[in-house]
Parts: sequence; structure tokens; C-alpha cells
Amino acid sequence: MTAVLENPATESPKPEAGAVSTFDVTLRVRRYNPESEHGEESVWDEFTVTAHGTDRVLDALHKIKWEQDGSLTFRRSCAHGVCGSDAMRINGRNRLACKTLLKDVNPDKPITVEPIKGLPVIKDLVVDMEPFFASYREIMPFLITSGNEPSRERLQSAEDRERFDDTTKCILCAACTSSCPVFWTDGQYFGPAAIVNAHRFIFDSRDEGATQRLEILNDKEGVWRCRTTFNCTEACPRGIEVTKAIQEVKRAMITRAF
Amino acid sequence: MQTHQYDVVIVGAGGAGMRAALEASGEARTAVISKLYPTRSHTGAAQGGMAAALANVEEDNWEWHTFDTVKGGDYLVDQDAAEILAKEAIDSVLDLEKMGLPFNRTPEGRIDQRRFGGHTREHGQAAVRRACYAADRTGHMILQTLYQNCVKQDVEFYNEFYVLDLITDHDLTTEDIEDGAEVNATGVVAYDLASGEIHVFQAKAIIFATGGAGKIFKTTSNAHTLTGDGMALAYRRGLPLEDMEFFQFHPTGLAGLGILLSEAARGEGGILRNSEGERFMERYAPTIKDLAPRDIVARSMANEVREGRGAGPNKDYVLLDLTHLEPAHIDAKLPDITEFARTYLGIEPYTEPVPVYPTAHYAMGGVPTNVAGEVLRDSHNVVKGLYAAGEVACVSVHGSNRLGTNSLLDINVFGKRAGRSAAAYAKTVERHPDLPEHPTARVEAQLSEMRDRPEGERVADVRRALQETMDANAQVFRTGESLNEALADIRELQKRYRNVSVQDKGKLFNTDLLEAIELGFLLDIAEVTVVAALNRKESRGGHYREDFPNRDDANYMLHTMAYRRPTSAPDAGDGHVPGYFDHVEDFGDYKVVLGSKPVTQTRYEPMERKY
Repeated sequence: MTAVLENPATESPKPEAGAVSTFDVTLRVRRYNPESEHGEESVWDEFTVTAHGTDRVLDALHKIKWEQDGSLTFRRSCAHGVCGSDAMRINGRNRLACKTLLKDVNPDKPITVEPIKGLPVIKDLVVDMEPFFASYREIMPFLITSGNEPSRERLQSAEDRERFDDTTKCILCAACTSSCPVFWTDGQYFGPAAIVNAHRFIFDSRDEGATQRLEILNDKEGVWRCRTTFNCTEACPRGIEVTKAIQEVKRAMITRAF
Repeated sequence: MQTHQYDVVIVGAGGAGMRAALEASGEARTAVISKLYPTRSHTGAAQGGMAAALANVEEDNWEWHTFDTVKGGDYLVDQDAAEILAKEAIDSVLDLEKMGLPFNRTPEGRIDQRRFGGHTREHGQAAVRRACYAADRTGHMILQTLYQNCVKQDVEFYNEFYVLDLITDHDLTTEDIEDGAEVNATGVVAYDLASGEIHVFQAKAIIFATGGAGKIFKTTSNAHTLTGDGMALAYRRGLPLEDMEFFQFHPTGLAGLGILLSEAARGEGGILRNSEGERFMERYAPTIKDLAPRDIVARSMANEVREGRGAGPNKDYVLLDLTHLEPAHIDAKLPDITEFARTYLGIEPYTEPVPVYPTAHYAMGGVPTNVAGEVLRDSHNVVKGLYAAGEVACVSVHGSNRLGTNSLLDINVFGKRAGRSAAAYAKTVERHPDLPEHPTARVEAQLSEMRDRPEGERVADVRRALQETMDANAQVFRTGESLNEALADIRELQKRYRNVSVQDKGKLFNTDLLEAIELGFLLDIAEVTVVAALNRKESRGGHYREDFPNRDDANYMLHTMAYRRPTSAPDAGDGHVPGYFDHVEDFGDYKVVLGSKPVTQTRYEPMERKY
């Protein structure tokens, strides 16, 4: 048997027992499919679906794909905000479709859904993630140590562990990087996500590769391109203080303290 | 069509696949093929911890851990494998720390540990702190750390490639293969989602690390992509699946949604309550209460609801109460799951209890392997060059019910073992075994048939019907009647599946097509799950038959081995036990034949399971 929860997320008075409140919502989706009649041109498509109070944008996209147009294409996997597959631009803001409740993005008006910006679109909401991961790989996103390995674990104080806790939360969804106006105009820029992952190691007391990473990020396409617009912090579905992390990396570059 | 040659090909880039890749890639030319980007794998959704008797915070040892694992699995665990799991747990955790995993720390700077269900000291005396953790995103940190180390080692990945066939040099579905005869796995066929191209990967050794199949159920903690691909491919190629009737329902899924709330919530002091506010687990497991193993807690919750003590307007869930915990403690130890409650249910766990209900979580069964990770083609013969690890595999360390934190452990211990075995074996093979003349024929026919069928039923309708019948008839409580109902539905849905069509007829990034293919996997896994559940007329671990409520060691202390065979094949599977493991279900084109495999028992005699 399956527990049914009727609309618990609304703040309005709870509906009668057993009643499930539903509403209609329209999604305006930016479509692109080089195999279609539109060729290289992207077009807007509108779909209306019936949704429940706890439904997320991903549920609405699934309803469209499963009931109306099977060709609507997007990535998704875990559907609860931990795998990072379904970052997209919803009403002009980068979010995870599986973490955005329809009721929170004003379902009275059409909700616009577009692919994240700054990465080549492959089909509909799917972009080529390779350039994004290439930047990530460049900042040496792994623990660098020298000397013999200890027989037990390396010791690390709870305070030292806490120092980089925030940036360990990154799920590489690209919501931050693809919200950055610098990245939109300059695809060479490492982007916030790569810097966040560099931060995660630079400030890890066990790591000895900070100097190398700071050297990489001192590049003309590195941290100095950041204009502190805070789009990345706002976009992060994991609540990471991305801009602050970038600032900390900048400061480490000047003070060499980390 | 493109052809690639590697020494080792790993299918799946979750924890087990990447742990295997770290072992194999240094020794042999290795490729990892994954239908997702590696960091999207569902290992990343694991929350609470990874068990290892480090004894960092209190007395503990691997023997206690072995015992808990065996007892937790209701004695269907292979005890030699459980001993390896518990012993090698310690190095597995230390390996991860050395790779950079940011575990939470004790005041002394050691890896911190916390309580988890079924993990006890002195063989059940009291709960023990054995779970090593990184807040409530331990799986996320394991997945990230393994991927980071794959980047460091320059492991070669084929991302968003779906493996759709396994190639062997004998047709196990039809040929009568003698005991001891050599059967080799020689490659896999994969579909590149981005281009729609077919690729053949010829390999000396292949490791399946494709994960679970939770999407056979409607209410599940599993990702949309957990469709049992590896299990179904093995099954279709004539390999047995072991113990598929044992599926774990995690007690604390967000009610109505199935999203996982870690057992760590109870490990950190959370309490389950019914509508009367009663801590009902005191009645079901007087010693360790809310930290009883998952099968017992899930059943107790379902029972509370059935007896009318469920909470909410429909009285169909219970409550997970964290309100007595300090908000700062919750923020430090359980930040993600409390955010799930806020985001998805609009509930503030500091002040309000969270509605929860069991959610389909983990397949204890899978592709049978030995402790080296080699895949078995019956109760004792291996397929040369074929390995499996993680949730897709059944080794069997989980028996009929897995303990929390033992799966993150399983992927590390047996992922490592499979990676080592595969690389060592590949080195002994001089040249790649030959592939058949048209290795891609089956996959091409399957894809074009699906893509070209002009019109038919929607994939989503058939999938929904499958998930609904599985939730209604094969969940926490099962009876012969309910399982027969599920089976009748599955037969019908298998027929309907032959008439489903996709709307997207393109080659590029056709997820419509792949969802249709995945539905075929789900149907096969549901079929074998229900047939095995019907046959097992006892209650053990995660498999509870109301019509047979007791464990029956005299007749069922055996692993189930399910084979798909042509209707003309003999009814008796390997390890057939007259009257018990001789159930046969005919599906028209083929039949499901059951055999068995003995349970390995070393030092623990089966006892009644009380907590």
C-alpha cells in the first residue's frame, strides 16, 4: 500500500480528508531538435497539465513526456535534488526541476522552462556537459598528499573538517556556472563550480596541492574573472555560498593563507 | 557500428563500478560504460553511513559486525562472505579516507561513528556506534571521492552509453551445458544516447555494476534510472538471478513520495510514533526499539497503519519525531534530510514530526557471484570473464534483509574485489575471445522494432500499471493470493509491452526510446521477483508471507535461483528440491524455472531473530 499525502506543502487550510487538490499549470518549454522540422531553430512549445500540491516542475515535465509528447527531452535521475541531472532555467532562474515545487513558481501564469545557458544545447533541455566537466577536471579535484600513507586514517580536527564543509556539498549540476554572466560571454572561464571544487581541497587541512591549484586559478580565465554578481550563490540548489568560496580563494591567492 | 577493445570493461559508474575501476585501471586497459554521468549515480543518494568496526568511539570488532550482518539477514546470508565484508570494512573505510573522503571527526580527529539499525555490540546487547559518516550525505561523498580518484587516475569513461546486451560464447538460454564446461563472457553491446549509434565493447573481463531495480515499485527511494538493466540482461542471457524475492522496504520514506529519510535520523535519536503519540517500536523490538533492522521496522509501521493507528487524514502513515533533538544537532548531523522534509512536504522537523511510510529501497538479490566477484551460471559454475558487484550482485552478504550502512560497505569491499579479480584474469588471457558474427543483431532488432512500431500503447501506462500492482501486491505484506494477482498482471503487461510504441523516432538523445527499453527490464525483474516470492512459502527478512508467517529453516534455508528457459527445457532447475524449489511458471514464449543454492554457514547457527 502507498501512503497518500494530500497537498501537505500548502499553507492554506488543510483540505478535507481524502480530498486531493489539483490545479492546471501551463509550461512554456524551449525546444530544440536538429532532427525536427525546425532544424537548427529553437522554438517555444506550450503544454498544460494537471498537477497536485506537492508536484515539482520535474513531475510536470514527466507528465508532458509520458502523456502528451514523448519527444520532450531532459535529463533526470534521482528526482530529489542530489544527483544534479536536471538543472534548468525555470522562469529565468537556474534551479533543479526536481526541487522546484510548481506552487512556488507561480503556476497561475505559464512557467517558462529553458536549458541552462552557456553550454551547447544538444536537444530540448539537454546541454553538452563536457566543457563543464573539463573545467572541473582541470583544477585537480582530488586529494594531493606527499610522504608515506599513514596506517590508520589521517587525523583532522572537527574545526578543520568544518572549514571546507560547505563546498563538499557540490553535486556538479552546473546551475551556478551556467548562471554566471561572465561564463555566458566567455566559455573559457573556469566558472564557479570548478572554483568551488578547488576550494573544497585548498581548505582541506590534509591536502598539499593548494599552491598548484591556486596557480591554475590565477590564470586569466581563473578566479579574477569573477565579478561577484552572486548569481551563482542564488542558483545553487545545495545552498553553498558559492561567491563567498570564490572570494576565499581570491584571498588565499593574495595572502597565501589557507 | 563502432568496435572497441579493452582488457576490462566495467558497466556502471556508481560506487561499485568506480571502486572496481580504481583497482583495474592501474593493472589493465579499462573502460567504464555508464548510462549516466558518474556523479549522477544513485550511490550519491545514500545518506547515513558506511559500517566498519573501527572502534573509534567505543569497543567494537568485526566479529560482532559479522554476527549482526548474518542475524540481520535472517540467516540467509553466506557467512563466509559476511565475514569478508566485516573484516575488509576497516580497510575500505581507511582507503576512502586516504583518497580524501571528508568523514565527520571525533574530538580526537578520528573518523566519527554513529548508531544504525541492527548494528550491536556483544551479539545484540545494545546498539553500537559503527557507521562512519559524512553528515547525512555519506553516499554523495563516496561517489564524489571515487570519481575524483578516477579523474586522478585518468580512468576512461563512456558516459550516457546504455549497455543493452551481454555477449557470451555459449547460449545459456537454450544449450545444455555440462557441469564444469567453460563458458566465457566476451563483450557488451552499448547504445550511445547522444548519437543513437551502437558500439561493441570486446573485453577479456566484464564487470556488471549496474545497481538496483527499485522502479518496479511505485513508492521507492530509487532513481528513475534504477531499472534493473544488468540483472535483466544477465537473466535474458540465461544466467540465474538469486534471491529476488527479497526486496528491502526502507521504513522512513517521505509519506506519499518515497524520498529517503536516512535511518541516521533514528541513529541520532529520532523516534517513530503512531497517531496516539506512542513509541510503538518498544512493543516490536524491546531492546533496540527504533534501531531494529529495516524489515522489522517497516513491518511494524505497516502494521500500526493497518490496525488503525496511522497518522494523518487518511491514517496511512506514521510520524518520525525529531522535535526533542537540538536544532543545532539536527543541522550538524542531518541537514539534507531535514531539508527534504521542508522542501517537499513543507514541514519543519525542528518543531513538527515528519510523515513517513516504507519505501522500496534495495534488492538483496541479484546476479549470483562468489566472493571473488565471479558470476555464477548455476549453483557452482562460474562464467569466465564475468564479474558483478554492488546492488546488481548477490554474493550474498545481505541474505534476506540488508542492514543499513552495509551497502556502501558492500560496493567498496566487493567493488574492489571484482576490480582486482577482473584485472588479474584479463592478464591471463592472451587474446580477446572471438565475438559472434553479428554481435549487435539482437540489439539492433530490438531497437528498430521499438522505434519503428507506428503506434501502440504508451510506455508510461504499462509502467504505471506494473508499479501499482507491485505496490499493492508484493510490498511489505504478501500472500499467495496477492502475489498471484501481481503475477497475472505481469503476464498481461508483458503482452501489452509487445505493443508499446514511442513517439520520438529520432536518433539523437532519444530518451523516449530508452525508457521503453528500460520498461522491458523492469517487467522481467518484476516477473522473477514475484515468481520467487510465490515459491517461498515462509517469512524471512524482507519477504513476509501472511499466509506463512514463520521462518521455515527445514525447507527454505536455501538461496532461490531463478532461470528463464525455453518452454521445451526441463522443469527442474539446478538445485531443484522436490516440493519446494520446483515451482515453474510458463509465460508462453518461455518459462521461469527455479533451482536453489546452499547457504554457506560457518560459525553461526540459525536462531530466532529477536531485538
